[in-house]
Amino acid sequence: MTEFLNMGGYGAFVWTAYGLSAISLVTLVLRSRARANAVLLQVDAMRRRRKEEG
Amino acid sequence: MHRFANPAQFNRLADSVMPWAFSVMVLTLASGLYFALFDSPADYQQGESVRIMYMHVPAAWMGMFVYMVMAVASFTALVWRHPLALIAGKAAAPIGAMFTALALITGALWGKPMWGTYWVWDGRLTSVLVQFFLYLGYMALWQAVEDDEKAGRAASILALVGVVNIPIIKFSVDWWNTLHQPASVMRLDGPTIHSDMLWPLLLVAVGYQAYFVVAFIWRMRLEINLRKLSVMRMNEVAGG
Repeated sequence: MTEFLNMGGYGAFVWTAYGLSAISLVTLVLRSRARANAVLLQVDAMRRRRKEEG
Repeated sequence: MHRFANPAQFNRLADSVMPWAFSVMVLTLASGLYFALFDSPADYQQGESVRIMYMHVPAAWMGMFVYMVMAVASFTALVWRHPLALIAGKAAAPIGAMFTALALITGALWGKPMWGTYWVWDGRLTSVLVQFFLYLGYMALWQAVEDDEKAGRAASILALVGVVNIPIIKFSVDWWNTLHQPASVMRLDGPTIHSDMLWPLLLVAVGYQAYFVVAFIWRMRLEINLRKLSVMRMNEVAGG
């Protein structure tokens, strides 16, 4: 296990590359989804309000 | 083509594509990472550091691929005044910028142990950095100009001008002497790397393509919803 993490002495470079890639990809897609849904809620709320006002 | 100009049509298409793209993404990335980290050989010269390749190369490919998506969308928007095409370019840009940044960063992390330096101002690295700035410029133009129509036109023109950078990136390693190695996968005479390394590379590359579809759909939905919201607000101000 330690040997695997060590990556022949290149562990710091290898794991930073993999870690940054994973974090970036996950963050971008989750943030996009969260924002898309948040804006959709605003649109729906506005529609409802308009309907109530007639 | 114009059928997709309608957001409702796009949403139906996106709903049916999403589960497939998501499944392909999970399967290819899981198996690709498994092979990349556990079941592929160390390089005889580079040792275990070669595993950075499985993050670096697909990210670099995606940076160029997404740029072409953005350019085609920009062209469609400029020539046919296609409203969803304009949004498509805007939705793609941050994804391409992220992949380009990852190509640069993972490249630096690979360069330090193998070349002895994080960075060198050669043709390949510099042209990829230019691509990153083209993405940033495209996004900045959208932000800077108040009127979406004008902002979109300016950004689209920048995206199209920047297309000249794509062949420069591709052929930079052949045109100029550099520390960066020449192509070993995308070659006319076929790949020159061993299949034990080619497989994980291609799996991650397919996974990144599927990831792009998933991320792109969410960003399209975000941009469409933002546009709806701004139209409704404008109507409200107009007393409509």
